[in-house]
Amino acid sequence: MRTGFVSSDLASGDARVPDHTGLSKEAINRDFPILSRKINGKRLVYLDSAATTQKPQCVIDRIESYYASQNANVHRGLHTLAEEATSAFEATRDKIASFIGGVRREEIIYTRNATEAINLVAQSWGRKHIRENDRIVITRMEHHANLVPWLVLAEETGAELEYIPVDSQGRLILDNISNIIDSRTKIVALTQMSNVLGTINPVDEIIEVAHRRNAMVLIDGAQSVPHLPVDVKALDVDFMAFSAHKMLGPTGIGILYGRESLLDRMEPLIYGGEMISEVRYDSADWAELPWKFEAGTPNIAGAIGFAPALDYLNSTGMDKIREHEIELTEHALDRLAGLKFIRIYGPTSSEQRGGIISFVDSEIHPHDLAQFLDASGIAVRAGHHCAQPLMGLLGVNSTARASFYIYNTKDDIDELVSALRDARRYFIND
Amino acid sequence: MTEQLDDMYRDIIMEHYRYPRGHKEISEPDLANQGHNPVCGDVTEIKLTLDGDRIEDISVNCVGCAISVASGSMLADMIEGKTISDVRKIAEVVRALIKGEEIDTDLDLGDLEALEGVRNFPVRIKCALLSWTTLVDAIEAREVGQTVEASTTE
Ligand SMILES: Cc1ncc(COP(=O)(O)O)c(C=O)c1O
Repeated sequence: MRTGFVSSDLASGDARVPDHTGLSKEAINRDFPILSRKINGKRLVYLDSAATTQKPQCVIDRIESYYASQNANVHRGLHTLAEEATSAFEATRDKIASFIGGVRREEIIYTRNATEAINLVAQSWGRKHIRENDRIVITRMEHHANLVPWLVLAEETGAELEYIPVDSQGRLILDNISNIIDSRTKIVALTQMSNVLGTINPVDEIIEVAHRRNAMVLIDGAQSVPHLPVDVKALDVDFMAFSAHKMLGPTGIGILYGRESLLDRMEPLIYGGEMISEVRYDSADWAELPWKFEAGTPNIAGAIGFAPALDYLNSTGMDKIREHEIELTEHALDRLAGLKFIRIYGPTSSEQRGGIISFVDSEIHPHDLAQFLDASGIAVRAGHHCAQPLMGLLGVNSTARASFYIYNTKDDIDELVSALRDARRYFIND
Repeated sequence: MTEQLDDMYRDIIMEHYRYPRGHKEISEPDLANQGHNPVCGDVTEIKLTLDGDRIEDISVNCVGCAISVASGSMLADMIEGKTISDVRKIAEVVRALIKGEEIDTDLDLGDLEALEGVRNFPVRIKCALLSWTTLVDAIEAREVGQTVEASTTE
């Protein structure tokens, strides 16, 4: 992969601090065609990667070449195309298994997205193992995707849903953790990185407490797997969910990792073709893992197109990506702190957070702010970020959110900061 | 684009946003409803007192973006003193204006005309409609002898 890093750019004579850790400008332009687009006559500054990331050319090309020369259904044809499609489809599974720390391919289930992966656990594992008066533990910073499925399961089963609280800096409060995760607790489900606050949670600590209680742990890795080196084996986690589209891959393909011994004993959620080993008129046997959970024709192009995304991340290096995002986040926190009218949410130390910054202007509503930024070519998100209860906790209805990835630069952040100043002039003659 | 932006954030809109009309408390309303826009978390609370079929007093308390606050403020301005059936007609015309639909009317919309610029920004249409939807829901419920708990733009 051609993703040369610039070691240092000090010779450029630029007064601004250069990026030491990011992709070179050439690599960004070459690999991410969309970033050359103009929005409203301005250079696109894409700061919404927490919603979905942009796709490198290699991913776009792979999807095209699959449809142009290999298109076939998987697992059911004996012809050349079907063999090629199946082998590419399954090869991605192997790449994913090694990407998250070298798990077994049987433990990687394709879903549509992280949301579906979490629902699969809540409904298949949950309905079988959760009883009245059991406890399900989540946190107060979950995305709706890791809240609503548990809310429903608790209601259906009569189990109790308990929350790990969050402090004013947006960090989990763990003082009381061994009372919250008590002996009735059957599962703990939490995000490794908050999509609103950027907080990186100490999941290893929580996993340890949960396992001492014989509770299972599901990690919502939708924000962490794309941005941090994540080793499922080292974490010793039971389930993990994430989405390809938040890590340079196509939309419509998500992953559930599950410990084989657990997946083995779980019932499928969807029945039909591809997930059976033998069907009779009066009964059927399920296929082996992982196919037991993959009924119907899957998102073949999505899975195949995910492979070059993983290659891109691997060749760049997850450590490097993390380092780059720390640098960007520090720069952003520093520059935003210079704007007295901007309030930032979440931890103040870049070690405890990823490249996601939620903020509000003291006078301009996030919606109006995002609209103004868009007119300047800057894409940010405004709203409750699928975390309505957390918004209540922060005492706001909505925030604006800037989030970074591999292709962002300090220039992007400087443009954001300058546009935030312009917005004051535009809306309140400041 | 800045032109389109300016066309949405017209001076009249910004003026209503900064100094919203109807921003007060009505302690014993004859009709009340709360509305929210789940997309962005904006909320509005509308209360009014009636003299027969005529709106005597109205309060609109909207916490939201410039567009939703301004639209709520204009609503308060526009409908005070009008009858319930006037309000329904006005709401229909306003909805058409905001959505950019043709509608045959000789109604003078006054400041409300300024909401026209919103049609270029489809996601903002719900902001502009928040208070109107909330009011119309309350009126419709009353007509069938019911009350509403809350409304949403969805
Ligand atoms: C923390 C977190 N969990 C879950 C999700 C859901 O991801 P998806 O929409 O791909 O299922 C998101 C996406 O916004 C997220 O940020």
